[in-house]
Formats: sequence, structure tokens, C-alpha cells
Amino acid sequence: MKTIIKGRVWKYGDDVNTDVIFPGKYTYSITDRKEMAEHALEDLDPDFVKKVQPGDIIVAGKNWGCGSSREQAVISLKEAGVGAIVARSFARIYFRNCINEGLPIVTCDAVDSVETGDEITIDFGQGKVITPRAEYHFPPLAPSVMEILDAGGLVPHVKQKLGIA
Amino acid sequence: MGKTFAEKILAAKAGLDETVPGQIVTVQPDRLLTHDNTSAIAKTFRKIGTDRVANPNMNVIILDHVVPAANETYAQSHKETREFVQQQGIEAFYDVGEGICHQVLPEQGHALPGMLIVGSDSHTPSHGALGAFAAGIGRTEAAAVMATGEIWLRVPESMRIEVTGEMPPQVSAKDLVLHIIGDIGADGADYMSVEFAGPTIESMSIAGRQVLCNMAAEMGAKNGYVAPDETTRQWLAGRTTSTYDEILPDEDADYARVLHYDVSGLMPQIARPHRVDNVVPVTQVTGLPINQALIGTCTNGRLEDLRAAAQILRGKQIAPWVRLLVLPASREILLSAMEEGIIADLVKAGATLLNPGCGPCLGAHEGCMAPGERTISTANRNFKGRMGSREAEIYLGSPATVAASALRGAITDPREL
Ligand code: SF4
Repeated sequence: MKTIIKGRVWKYGDDVNTDVIFPGKYTYSITDRKEMAEHALEDLDPDFVKKVQPGDIIVAGKNWGCGSSREQAVISLKEAGVGAIVARSFARIYFRNCINEGLPIVTCDAVDSVETGDEITIDFGQGKVITPRAEYHFPPLAPSVMEILDAGGLVPHVKQKLGIA
Repeated sequence: MGKTFAEKILAAKAGLDETVPGQIVTVQPDRLLTHDNTSAIAKTFRKIGTDRVANPNMNVIILDHVVPAANETYAQSHKETREFVQQQGIEAFYDVGEGICHQVLPEQGHALPGMLIVGSDSHTPSHGALGAFAAGIGRTEAAAVMATGEIWLRVPESMRIEVTGEMPPQVSAKDLVLHIIGDIGADGADYMSVEFAGPTIESMSIAGRQVLCNMAAEMGAKNGYVAPDETTRQWLAGRTTSTYDEILPDEDADYARVLHYDVSGLMPQIARPHRVDNVVPVTQVTGLPINQALIGTCTNGRLEDLRAAAQILRGKQIAPWVRLLVLPASREILLSAMEEGIIADLVKAGATLLNPGCGPCLGAHEGCMAPGERTISTANRNFKGRMGSREAEIYLGSPATVAASALRGAITDPREL
């Protein structure tokens, strides 16, 4: 994983649930990861899929990803090109699913000082998020969790660990 | 400073002297619970590239969600699960008809005090009722646990809920937990380990404790817990030959939050659509007509629940416009209820008996709703569209409230009967 990520912001509010990130009606009908991306955030922000660019960063309020445990709510964003998610807090299983899918996440209050379209920098080495107006510190993820992110997710991480190429 | 249950058990399992909230530990679960999603998990497991599960004794697999298979797709998925069980030499496999995973797991002696249990189902916290640490995980992680025998867990902050007072007549554990969720909200215990304690909990049956820990998931909790005691030991007697370690929180443990409830004045509670924390006393919604009533699920499909319903319905007839669906949570419960005459009482009163399993709870079969219909259910979730149409409504209540409502054909306060 890159230790410094720069990207354009998509700003959202509190309690964004997995149903609006990836609608329930597609959970059994769509199995292709790329196709999942076409529906990312469909019920929250129809513009998102049209305008998202590789490396963009979602910055949100509290309890991002609450509701169902569906992993598609992480996969669809990752496949759409999202480089990281920065939120005030994450719902528990969503947090785990991000790590396991290899999507970097940061818990801090950056949402207080950004607007959609801003450019921000996440420095994982220093535990810092730099927005045009402020700087936020976040606690580092545990080394064992960073290893999973570095490997690109849990499946590749387990492969490495078990010595399967 | 003392340690909470979560801090102590995760330290013990990780081989550390102590842990603090926020710390990440790597542990080997004692049990990995999977259900109908085993076939999907097995596919990811193969993608990892391993042939054998790390420890076949860790796996407990129970087919319960859509049983018997509702169509060919489910039938194929069940078949793949049976093949996987065979290939991997997994002994703890329970096929169609045994019951809901969260009931069968403890009944068959797979959930014991001091165990660490992970499950690919969000209501896995139920097993804290027996003093285990039990948490839900995603499917990819379940596949990784199969491959490696390990998982990373974040040590949660802990919340202690102290309950005092005697339950009034026709008020039960479900009413208490709905009241708490209404109070603290659906994210009131996000990420936390919730310990239920106090005299009311100590005098509660295992079934009641399972209701509390099951619904801890609806507060956002990582796990629920009740300290094991004589009630636990008696319930487990004859179900396991294994020894177990009871892990208890220290008396001076440090809690992020402590809440106190007195149940002596508690009324029956109802969660209105479409959120579990949209809770009011039943008196605010009585008279609302219903089309369907459901008694069962991993929350309230146990013998004492069926007993409470039979007590209300014995010798009477439900309202002619209501479908009353009764699903014992397991074969064991079904048999006991038959022996006690409860099943006959309910069926004579007009109930439709369904096989042990999840039944209509997840809206896949056996009792889905049409637009505009209303169900009152003993389940744990009332989300939009969960039991069929997105334009249908689900109200949640206790078995007594649901039985009373089936009788009158409208939401009814069971204390009025
Ligand atoms: S009964 Fe309902 S909530 Fe419980 S495990 Fe089955 S589907 Fe899930």
C-alpha cells in the first residue's frame, strides 16, 4: 500500500448505510465486481458513478457503512476507483470488510473542513490527514492490520502467509 | 484497575497478560459458525488456494436459512455445502430440520463459557448468553478463518447494563431489550462488548439471556455477555462432556458506559417500522390491524416463548383474517413443545406450524408479505422489505404480545387478556 495518498474529495454526512452504498436489490443478481461499481452510491448520489476518478477519497461523518454486513458495499466503491475512505467513525463490520478488501480507511474528523472537490493528502506513515484548511491526526492501524492492507486484502494476505503464490 | 470480560478473554486467547480497548489481537477461535452461506464461503476458501480447512473441529455448519430448499438455486447451494462438509471431514454438520444455527449451536454443546466463537451471521453475539465471546464476521473473513484457523479482532470498549426489579406479568426479556434499544439507539453500543448484569439477569433463564445477547446486535454491539452461573451449568449439563473455563469480568473493571434499568414498572414494548430503535410501549399502538403474526426465529422461538403463546391461545381461536405462523427454533424445542401439548394447543387455535429454521424472518420463503400488509413478529429486525414487499410493515414484540395480537387481529396489550 502507498504510504501517502492524495485525492479529490467526495463529501458525505452521518449514518450512510450499506443499502444506499450498494442497494439490496442487486446483492444476489450482480456477482461481477466491475458491474457492482456501476451501482456504487446509487441511492445517495447518482452523480458519483458518472464523475468518480481513480484515487478519489470519500470523506464522511459518523457511522459510515451501518446496516447489513454485505461486502459489496465496500467492493463497489473500491472497483469504482475510490482510493480511501476517511470518516468520523465506521460501523464495525464495514470497517473489517474494508481492511479485508484492501481499501484503506482512516478514522478522523476531516469532514469538518472539506468540501467535495478539495484535494487532500493522507499520510499513513505520519498518521496525518491534510486538508486545504486543517490537519488531523489519526492513530495508526495495528501492524497486523496494515499487513493485510499492504497485501491488497485478506485473500492475497492469507495466500502470502500460507506460502501459496 | 480491573478488566472487563472482553479484555480478559481476548488476552487469554491471544496469550497476552492483558489487553486494552482499541488493541488488535490475533486469536484462534474455538468455533467458526456458518450456515446456508457456507457454499459461498467455500468458493472464497478455494480462491485462497488451500485444500483443507485448518481445523475441521472448529467448524460448525448448520443449514437453517432457507430450509427445506425453496427452489433449485437454494437446493444447489445446500448440495455444495454437504459436499464441502464431506470433503473436509467436518463432523459438526446439522442438515435441514435441526433448527436455527443460534439455537442448535448451544443445544449441541458447541457454545460453552469461555469460548471464542465467530460466525458469518450478524446474530452470533447470541452465544454470549452462555458466557462465551461471540461476534459476527463477513464471508471473506470466514473463508480466511477456515484457511488459517486465525482471525484479528479489535479489543472492544465495554458497556455494562445493570438490571434490577422483578418482571411484571406478561413482560419478558424481549420487552426489556427493546426498551434498552429504544433508549440508546441502533448504534448505542457500536463496536462495544455489552455485559448484562444485575439481579434480574441472574434470575433469568438461559432462553431470556439469549434474547438479550441476540438483540445486542441491534445496538451495534460486537458481542453480548451474561456471566455464567449455576443456571448456565445446569443448562449445559448433559449437553457437553468438555470442561470449560468461566471467565468473569473483574469487579473493578473500567467500563466506557454503565446503564441502570429497573424493570418493575416496565410495560410490553413494540418496535415500529422500519427501525429496531423506533420503540414505544404497546399501549401506543394497540388496535392497529394485522394480517400476519409470527412466533419464532433466533430471538424468540424457544420453549418458554411457545409456552407463553399457548397460555394465551389455549382453547381460543385467532382472528379469522390473521395468519399465525409458529416456528420452533429447533427440533429439540419442537419435540418438547409436542410433549407438553403446546403445539396441539397452538394448532387448534388456528396456528400454521412451520419446520424449525429461520422461516419467513429473512423474506425468502414461508410467509412473505404483499404490499400494504402488516406483520407483528417476535424476530429481531423490522427493516423495510425484510419479509417481502418494501411496502409492508413489520412490528416487533414479545411472544405474549404477538399471541395476544393474533387472537384479536390487531396489536394487543397481553396484559388486557
Ligand atoms: S432467524 Fe432471522 S435473524 Fe435469526 S439467524 Fe435466521 S434469518 Fe437471521
